[in-house]
Amino acid sequence: MDSVIEIQNVNKTYSMGEVKVNALININLSIKSGEFVAIIGPSGSGKSTLMHIIGLLDRPTSGKVSLQGKSVSELESDELASLRNIHIGFVFQQFNLLPRTTAVDNVCLPLLYAGVNASEREERARKALVSVGLGDRFDHTPTQLSGGQQQRVAIARALINNPTLILADEPTGNLDSKSGREIMKFLSDLNNKGNTIVLVTHEPDIAKGAKRTIEIRDGEIVADKLNGKKHD
Amino acid sequence: MIEFSEIIKLAFKSIKRNKGRTVLTALGIIIGVASVILLTSLGQGLQQYVTDQFESLGANSIYVLPGRIGGDGGQISFGQGPPNFAGSKLTLNHVDELSRYGGPIKAAAAEIDMPALVSYRSESKYTTIAGISSQWGQIVNVQVDEGRDLRDSDNDSRRKVAILGQTIISDLFGSTNPLGKNISIADERFEVIGIIKEIGTQSIGLDINNFVAIPITVSQQIFGQDSVQNIMVQARSKDEVQDAQDTTERILLRDLKEEDFSVVDSSSLLETINNILGVLTAALGGIAAISLVVGGVGIMNIMLVSVTERTREIGLRKAVGAKQSDILIQFIIEAVTLSVFGGGIGVLIGWGGSILINQFFPAVVTMWSVILAFGVSAAVGIVFGVAPAIRASRLDPIEALRYE
Repeated sequence: MDSVIEIQNVNKTYSMGEVKVNALININLSIKSGEFVAIIGPSGSGKSTLMHIIGLLDRPTSGKVSLQGKSVSELESDELASLRNIHIGFVFQQFNLLPRTTAVDNVCLPLLYAGVNASEREERARKALVSVGLGDRFDHTPTQLSGGQQQRVAIARALINNPTLILADEPTGNLDSKSGREIMKFLSDLNNKGNTIVLVTHEPDIAKGAKRTIEIRDGEIVADKLNGKKHD
Repeated sequence: MIEFSEIIKLAFKSIKRNKGRTVLTALGIIIGVASVILLTSLGQGLQQYVTDQFESLGANSIYVLPGRIGGDGGQISFGQGPPNFAGSKLTLNHVDELSRYGGPIKAAAAEIDMPALVSYRSESKYTTIAGISSQWGQIVNVQVDEGRDLRDSDNDSRRKVAILGQTIISDLFGSTNPLGKNISIADERFEVIGIIKEIGTQSIGLDINNFVAIPITVSQQIFGQDSVQNIMVQARSKDEVQDAQDTTERILLRDLKEEDFSVVDSSSLLETINNILGVLTAALGGIAAISLVVGGVGIMNIMLVSVTERTREIGLRKAVGAKQSDILIQFIIEAVTLSVFGGGIGVLIGWGGSILINQFFPAVVTMWSVILAFGVSAAVGIVFGVAPAIRASRLDPIEALRYE
């Protein structure tokens, strides 16, 4: 299987005044197409930093990051923005929907920056909303939707560009357990249809929904398991 | 980079989502633009009004005023007190000499203005009584519609006759035909012999429609004066104004001293007044322009607040693929749209207000003031929108998404 994201010898160091914080230490990781990976670790473990690097939002201090075999570690921020637009679909804990903006317009957003024309944007956004079961909520604004529905709008937005990788950062963190289970079911279904998903969470129960679990602690990968077995 | 039209749509949507804030922000620009247009149109109206007045008097006119006005001959300067009529040494003989001279001088006439009570039966009214010599009507372009004009013989024999303007006739006589009727002016009886043709614009200092003219010799008798208040000289053509002015001065100096009179031509008088009004207009516009700048600061303030308020939105837009330039242009367009929207409403209010004011007071909307005010408001939007937009475009998406 092709590797979607390949991370080799990646270090990330933050300087906080005099003190240097090693957020990531010598990370090696490969995520292949069609995988459903959970990255798990307590807060401060470096999992957010890792997620930012996987999501092309941040660059490593050293080491190499490749997207579909091409190195991206040296790219400018605008070039990374283009790659994110094409390859990455984000789902956030806070949903991050635009306030006072309809579901359709929210879902459209990545297409706007991809240069897709208005009528095609709208058509694709409606289809994406139907696919997440919100066919009757096109013109609802976030405040008119429940938390679970808002997160589904966010998933529709993540799917709209047919991304290479869906990156979900604590997608159930702001939801009640029932809505959380629904969202996890949804992500599993997407994975079963062939989507590659990386899920970041601090809850082991949620991580069980994925097919592979990478545990990170103090900036280092301490475990990488597949279906409960050791992954090599 | 996304298409420009898309960014404009984006800016409009964002502005529409915050209607209340949009209107309040734009208010500064609305007031600024409207006041620039209103105040300059008032100044311009005043200037045009004065120019019209002078033109109705005839651009080729020269005024001879009693006493010395200003330091250097011919140039009028303000602030040295009004001309002194009681001490006037100008007489009807001078008028005769001037009008008989010919050459560059086409006509000359004298005038004495006095406010007085005019009455017919039970109706009476205070108005300006002008004692005029015979060529006055020709110079000032006052014509008699019905009846007859004042003649030389009326002056020579001090006949107590009067010609009246339309307003005063309707005030005193109503629908009665005034011709041949007797009116009383300063307790003397006068026969109405002519009706002055109605004119739209008003002559300087005189409302022709509210005007009563009598032979100047009668005025001198009534008011106990041998002199006249001023002399008007009409040059044969525009090119001969200077010549006529010099000639007038030479003729008068045969009999009078330099300090006894001043010769002023209407164009230099007009120029002086227009200069003053021009400065006034510019000053009014300048004061209004300050409010335009204040409006711009208001836009900057709101845009900065908006960048902070929308930090997460900016982070999200960047995460899903917005480039720095996309964010930069979006925020600049929002600021420009705000100011152009405000500017547009300001133009409407300023223009409409000027038209309304023009019913009571001369106001002329000039295209340059509209273009200037609108242009400045758009520029203000760009200038004051750039700093917040740059700040927005440089936000780090990770930091921005984390922003609470």
